[in-house]
Amino acid sequence: MSRQVTLAVCVRVLRQLRRDPRTVLLLLVVPTALVVLLHEVFSGGPAFQRIGGPLLGLFPFVSMFLVSSITMLRERLSGTLERLMTMPLSKLDLLVGYALAFAVLAACQALLASVVALGALGLDVERPAVVVVLAVANALLGMAFGLSLSALASSEFQAVQFMPAFVFPQILLCGLLVPRAEMAGWLDGASWAMPLTYAYDALARATAPASLASAFWADVAAVAAMTLGALVIGAATLRRRTP
Amino acid sequence: MTPSVVLRDLRVVRGGTAALRGVTLDVESGRITGLVGPSGSGKTTLIRSIAGVQRLTGGSVRVLDQPAGSARLRGRVAYMTQSPSVYADVTVRENLAFFARILRAEGEIDAVVATVGLEEHRDQVVATLSGGERARVSLAAALLGRPDVLLLDEPTVGLDPVLRRDLWATFAGVAAGGATVIVSSHVMDEAERCDHLVLLRDGGVLASATPAALRDETGARDLDGAFLVLIERTADR
Repeated sequence: MSRQVTLAVCVRVLRQLRRDPRTVLLLLVVPTALVVLLHEVFSGGPAFQRIGGPLLGLFPFVSMFLVSSITMLRERLSGTLERLMTMPLSKLDLLVGYALAFAVLAACQALLASVVALGALGLDVERPAVVVVLAVANALLGMAFGLSLSALASSEFQAVQFMPAFVFPQILLCGLLVPRAEMAGWLDGASWAMPLTYAYDALARATAPASLASAFWADVAAVAAMTLGALVIGAATLRRRTP
Repeated sequence: MTPSVVLRDLRVVRGGTAALRGVTLDVESGRITGLVGPSGSGKTTLIRSIAGVQRLTGGSVRVLDQPAGSARLRGRVAYMTQSPSVYADVTVRENLAFFARILRAEGEIDAVVATVGLEEHRDQVVATLSGGERARVSLAAALLGRPDVLLLDEPTVGLDPVLRRDLWATFAGVAAGGATVIVSSHVMDEAERCDHLVLLRDGGVLASATPAALRDETGARDLDGAFLVLIERTADR
């Protein structure tokens, strides 16, 4: 692995995004707009206070999942991945370069949404800084899954459909809408296998008044482990030789 | 002189059909070798095999005394694919800066831009370029890092005749510097510019010789005629 090459990948991904200001604007503004909408829907009441904080940390998972799966799919379809695979670049350089670029973007996204939610909308959560850090971690989780799932897509239409197929069930089951303890047993069981469950749980604990116990750190460790696992799978899908 | 690219009984099956049926071939460095044949004859598969990106069914490919695709060859073997493999959403310079950084060849960017005649489009986003210009960005990226083996899949399709002549002069210059240059083409008049020709048909090598030797041996006046004679000869057998 080379730091120079990793940084080159990061800079290139950020340049691609910079040339597409509308995407950047959407990435930054949409989560903030949705938080405002959420505030209005619940009239800023207790439901907003309960799910607002965790939601701030979950937006980056969803958007980075989409952006990274499409970017990597384009890299595969345009032949640039094949060119890179003939060059002195390790797969790790490529994946870490992507991760750095998306982490920067996710941090901006989460900061903006948090400032608006906490400042203008009166969202009251414990440890807002932890929420932003978790948001970046969740962005990397989403990115890792997006990168590896992009290998299963052979067109952008398919990649976009992965979003309702893989992300929506996780949002339904992670505990954000209904506490997992109140779900049917098989749903609760399924939620244990889903990365977003741990991401949500960590956020719910971070935004609650109780002190951060070992359960919080277990969630964080699960998110980190699942990110690494997905990246390893993602690296395995980057083939130097293809049929 | 030892050949820089050595293929022995190379067989490749792509999409259920045999793309290469036992190709044995030696390619020398210091000259331009043309891969000529109709569409579907196996030119791209052969180039991909030498680049090390093709999964092989059987046989072997060695490049510069290493198995094709081995880590030591990365950066020494450059491959320009038939459709331009560059990033459409950034500028010409940003594309080349990225590849140059990986190849540690940042100092060569201006030179390769000039070689492919894109000085005026340097700061233009690739998506806004014409098809031929995009192909030239892809070619410029392949020239970065002074590769020892330069693999070009149909590099001059759709280009202006003056530029085409200049690019062939560039390829000759690269070969004269001691590199191995392999160029595929389905246009016979381009084949005349090669030092050595490999005629491919249906995944097999029909002939491997200099253009002059091919004409002499077949008694044909041009390479198109030579190709026809060779095809009819194999059909008779």
